[in-house]
Amino acid sequence: MNLSVPPVYGLILAGGASSRMHRDKAALEYRGRSQLDRACELASRHVPEVFVSVRANQTTDPVRSQHRMIVDCVPGEGPIVGIRSALAAHPQAAWLVLACDLPFLSHAAIEHLLRERDPAAFATAYRSAHDGLPEPLCAVWEPAAGAALAEYQAGGGHCPRKFLIRHGAPLLQPLDRRALDNVNTPEEYAQALMALESEAPMQLQIRYYALMREQAGRSEESIETSAATPADLYAELKSRHAFTLSREQLKVAVNSEFSDWSRQLKQGDAVVFIPPVAGG
Amino acid sequence: MRFRFTQTAIDTRTARQELQNLAAGGYVSFEGWVRDHNEGQEVTRLEYEAFQELAVKEGDRIVEEALRRFPVVKALCIHRVGALGLGEMAVWVGVSSEHRGEAFDACRFIIDEVKHRVPIWKKEHYRNGDSGWVNCERCAAPAQHSHASQHAHAEPHSHAAEHHDPVAATSE
Repeated sequence: MNLSVPPVYGLILAGGASSRMHRDKAALEYRGRSQLDRACELASRHVPEVFVSVRANQTTDPVRSQHRMIVDCVPGEGPIVGIRSALAAHPQAAWLVLACDLPFLSHAAIEHLLRERDPAAFATAYRSAHDGLPEPLCAVWEPAAGAALAEYQAGGGHCPRKFLIRHGAPLLQPLDRRALDNVNTPEEYAQALMALESEAPMQLQIRYYALMREQAGRSEESIETSAATPADLYAELKSRHAFTLSREQLKVAVNSEFSDWSRQLKQGDAVVFIPPVAGG
Repeated sequence: MRFRFTQTAIDTRTARQELQNLAAGGYVSFEGWVRDHNEGQEVTRLEYEAFQELAVKEGDRIVEEALRRFPVVKALCIHRVGALGLGEMAVWVGVSSEHRGEAFDACRFIIDEVKHRVPIWKKEHYRNGDSGWVNCERCAAPAQHSHASQHAHAEPHSHAAEHHDPVAATSE
């Protein structure tokens, strides 16, 4: 089944009505950038093509039109239409589908999803940490889902979550409880803003050795990042430097001592990723 | 200091003297040498690189563990870094003890643990012009494919857990 695993493109859903927010969610800003830009940037580190899903009347919207768009091309409403339109636009591709309003979504969460994806299923999704149900808007949808979704919608269905439940889609446990928290109301936005402000980007020192030094093309660098943990940081740097080693092959040291991958990083920490050793 | 690095040839004479003690009835040492082949490839030279701040701490911990586990008198490990030619000594372990049995055991323990735990890397240069980081290049490729089996375990890993099978090393 792995002979021809379809490529994965990114689809950021930004066609929602934002009715509870009373303003366009895609344009909400964190650290001076719209949610939509942030989501596109995040996805673009992991997949070769990223598109924004829009309704026909949104194509000239200034926030959306800066990105490549896929306009809804099947009847109906809601995210199912956006997902089906993407599957129809590039039938050979699988889709990393992300809601635009996941301000805490991390590189590590996307990397994990892409790695654990099952191309033989209709989709692979995270299981919500709150209600245990599939989260269809942080998921990889496979090409075969196109026809099944059409059939589901023809039968009166409209909820991608129920579709995933019905088909027993494989579900992943989120690495970080907050990763899938979405922001629907002005109150939630205020809370998210505060939380993200308190995690303002910090400066970290990274040193590289051996194979990773060669792949990074440098032996050290100082970077500004909002990666909360070494796991997040590695996901970010792996895509930046195209490291070939997966995190499972590495150990990590913070301030010259071995560390857990889930440790909270602090301003000024010195981080070293340790590829498989070969002394003696 | 029970573990140290050197940029130049390991001075085994001095190292051996550091282990001498009137309570010791014997001494065992191990030398790792640069071999001219590995896994079917003709090796022409090696480069060793270490994350020295952490490597020295971890190396010290290993030797201290050996001193706790085995009733030996003294133990020391010296590892070379930099470029090494064929036949040169990459690592030296020495143990002095009252009786020979525990000296052999402690020496074996130290070299085994050093190879698995201390952040030292080895790049082999081959006769055909290729080169490769031992344990890194060959395992990088499969890791990108067979996901399910490899990633079934939950994070985070403790550092004591082995993530990779130690491949036969060049120098022994």
